[in-house]
Amino acid sequence: MTETFDKPEIRTPENLVYSKTKVLTDNVMSYCPGCGHGTAHRLIAEVIDEMGIQNNTIGVAPVGCSVLAYNFFDIDMQQAAHGRAPALATAIKRLYPGKFVFTYQGDGDLAAIGTAETIHACNRGENIVIIFINNGIYGMTGGQMAPTTLPGMPTSTSPYGRDTQIMGNPLKMTEIVATLPGTYMVTRQAVHTPAAVRKAKKAIRMAFENQKLNKGVSFVEIVSNCNSGWKLSPVKANEWMVNNMFPFYELGDIKMNGELVK
Amino acid sequence: MAKITGDIVIDIEKCKGCEVCNTACPQEVIGMSKEVNSKGYNYAIKVNGNCVGCANCAVVCPDGVITVYRAKV
Repeated sequence: MTETFDKPEIRTPENLVYSKTKVLTDNVMSYCPGCGHGTAHRLIAEVIDEMGIQNNTIGVAPVGCSVLAYNFFDIDMQQAAHGRAPALATAIKRLYPGKFVFTYQGDGDLAAIGTAETIHACNRGENIVIIFINNGIYGMTGGQMAPTTLPGMPTSTSPYGRDTQIMGNPLKMTEIVATLPGTYMVTRQAVHTPAAVRKAKKAIRMAFENQKLNKGVSFVEIVSNCNSGWKLSPVKANEWMVNNMFPFYELGDIKMNGELVK
Repeated sequence: MAKITGDIVIDIEKCKGCEVCNTACPQEVIGMSKEVNSKGYNYAIKVNGNCVGCANCAVVCPDGVITVYRAKV
């Protein structure tokens, strides 16, 4: 019998510092090991739990890796057609103005097929929260090039790296929607380290608080890893993200309280 | 000064062995097991008793498998 280093005497409810929130179900998430989707899900669930709005929140799941998000959140969810989550969220929020409505979308959903819906929902200033997970790749379908793929980044459809002369330039959706009058808060976060996770949670909390005050669209981009698509181990993928994604997709607040901050 | 001690409980059946907690731990408490769980992943285990209950591992865990306790002794 090997030593377990357990300390059962301190495992009491009053000593509990952290446990998985009840807003997440007990289903095992369908994401790859180390995927930022799981962390992002947990942060949203924790914010919903802390605000006490579990019975009052409606989420909209996208098409992509997170298409099964409704299996993991213990709240009311709908699943939208590819890219149409902001349109569906618009309808839900207008029919139920008292509910908290958020969309959860990846870059292949929000920045490719759903560009029109996203931009128009942001321009109209719908009172919703948009969570945008950006990993620069189509993860679910096998790592194809996405609009957000970095210049020179190899993917399964650009094996020699993205050549911007032929394949175009990456799309910075977050900067685009920040220029629209309907967005109240636009920020870019990450979930690769404990500090970044705590910061991202604050941003998501602020986004939901803005919705309570009917301020318009709160747009939170989370730059995430896709270790399967990038063909790296989870820890290496996080390092690659810091070295390559962050110089292009700079972390930080872009628009706060309706004012551009940079 | 009171000493802080902590303990973590890892749900080894849900752990996918991504090792993100491993790099986040300031006390180097977490290592990976040689055994695998029913899904075939080498899960996270404690390799020493230095845990201070900072909850960094639980905060970065994508699958939320870690429960953290902290107490003054």
